[in-house]
Amino acid sequence: MTQLALVIDLNVCVGCHACVTSCKQWNTSGSAGPLADFEAYGKNPTGTFFNRVQTFEVGEFPNTQTVHFPKSCLHCEDPPCVPVCPTGASYKRASDGIVLVDYDKCIGCKYCSWACPYGAREFDEERKVMTKCTLCVDRIYDQALPVAERKPACVMACPTSARLFGDIHDPDSVVSEAIRDNAGYALMPEWGTHPANHYLPRRKTPMHIHKDELVRVDNPLKIDGLLPKPAKSEPSLDDVMSW
Amino acid sequence: MNPALSVILLTTLIGAGQGLFLALFTAQSYTLFGLLPKAADAQAFYTYGSLIAMLLLLAGLVASFFHLGRPERAWRTATMWRTSWLSREVIVLPAFMGTVFAYGLAHFSGVNPVLVTLGSGIDIDASVVLGVLGTVLAFALFLCTAMIYASVRFLREWATPLTVLNYTLLGGASGFTLAAAFSASAAPERLGFFAAWALVLTLLGAASRSASLLRNARLKPTSTLQTAIGIKHPRIVQKSQGFMGGSFNTREFFHGRTRATLRAVKWGFLLAAFVLPALLLALAVWQRSGAPLEAAFIVQFLGLLAERWFFFAQANHPQNLYYQAIA
Repeated sequence: MTQLALVIDLNVCVGCHACVTSCKQWNTSGSAGPLADFEAYGKNPTGTFFNRVQTFEVGEFPNTQTVHFPKSCLHCEDPPCVPVCPTGASYKRASDGIVLVDYDKCIGCKYCSWACPYGAREFDEERKVMTKCTLCVDRIYDQALPVAERKPACVMACPTSARLFGDIHDPDSVVSEAIRDNAGYALMPEWGTHPANHYLPRRKTPMHIHKDELVRVDNPLKIDGLLPKPAKSEPSLDDVMSW
Repeated sequence: MNPALSVILLTTLIGAGQGLFLALFTAQSYTLFGLLPKAADAQAFYTYGSLIAMLLLLAGLVASFFHLGRPERAWRTATMWRTSWLSREVIVLPAFMGTVFAYGLAHFSGVNPVLVTLGSGIDIDASVVLGVLGTVLAFALFLCTAMIYASVRFLREWATPLTVLNYTLLGGASGFTLAAAFSASAAPERLGFFAAWALVLTLLGAASRSASLLRNARLKPTSTLQTAIGIKHPRIVQKSQGFMGGSFNTREFFHGRTRATLRAVKWGFLLAAFVLPALLLALAVWQRSGAPLEAAFIVQFLGLLAERWFFFAQANHPQNLYYQAIA
């Protein structure tokens, strides 16, 4: 069994939206047709995206953390959006676990979007079908691409390598290791959807500064302090000047 | 959720159609067992009654197509009946419509052979068999329609058996009220029978809808912003949803009305769908007059439109947690 997935490291994500734009660029140029935009330069621009980056503030000033949160389809292992589809257009591939929409079968009833607690699906107002992240299924198996580039567009674009891609059922894959070693977690575990995508939490990297790191014992400047101080009764420069 | 007019019309119109058919066949069953006198013009009564039910079902079906992005592919929806309640509804609705048509045709054409005679001398003719089949399908359709909503476990306001009960009782109430209004001209001797049943169903519907309102008022959300992004902190505030304009997620799942509007619609539908029709129906039963019945049906149907709007608007989808602030 293979379950391809993304692992997104919230500790590294800087919220640059490069994954959003690269996703849009790749998926609007594919054979499945464009991801429609409306009023792109108007007052209320809107369009179909498979990936969004959101920003949350955790805590109260001054103890706040800004968390950039990339959000796309989680390719659930038990996807609630699939069984509700009346036409079978929404399906999960047995071979690699990717949840896909067959755009030629979709009737655009939007029922699958109601059945997704994450709001991962977006209805394309131009094609009139439901669309969603495909994990760049038209990229990752493309024999024409160099092996290193057979990854989703968002993973390729991420400048901080906050996005990892791999098979979470393979215990030795880079994603499985990342989840294991860095406490990767799933979103909304209360619904039992078992998302394949995992998130790595913010990790504090505390700096422990010991006193001997600030004041070096062998600091030559401090050698003066070790010299014997003259006693109070001994003559000083003041005594010389005041007679 | 953002209520879609097409779905509001679909569920209310077919509900009234199903209820009307159930009313017609209830009357026929009562007559069959001698509990109700034979209608003066039974043929016209059942034919036109079935016709009105057919028109309501057809209007609902037409309305449902406006909800689809690709209505020309609607035939594909019959394929996933093993898992999808929507697919099941798409199968049961035409089956029910076909049965109502055959039922009306049997009464209209008079081609209605006696199939079995019971021991007590009661003739079971083709229309009775079709009526029983139609009754089963009508209840199956109520179940399918309601389960489309009740089976989405993320929408806690819908995921309750009360949803199925409400759809059944409210559809039945409006159908029986319509039957009473129709009988005022078509078969005045049955007016009291239909109006009394409509009153009972309206009161039962009021009870079960009130129960679901009380239940929903006490619901605590299962998902929180903490589980949505997986960070344990009591104070998390969204600073950006990732885009300035709207998206499908902000249009489909938010009704955009104030709490005051929602409250007004709630009390409005409680009044229009239950209180006023119940009073008008009681008046009709008491006076044996058909005058208040047309008003009762119209007021109740408008009330049920408002009820269905509120049903959708009240449901709070967990995905909304991700869309709390534009920027």
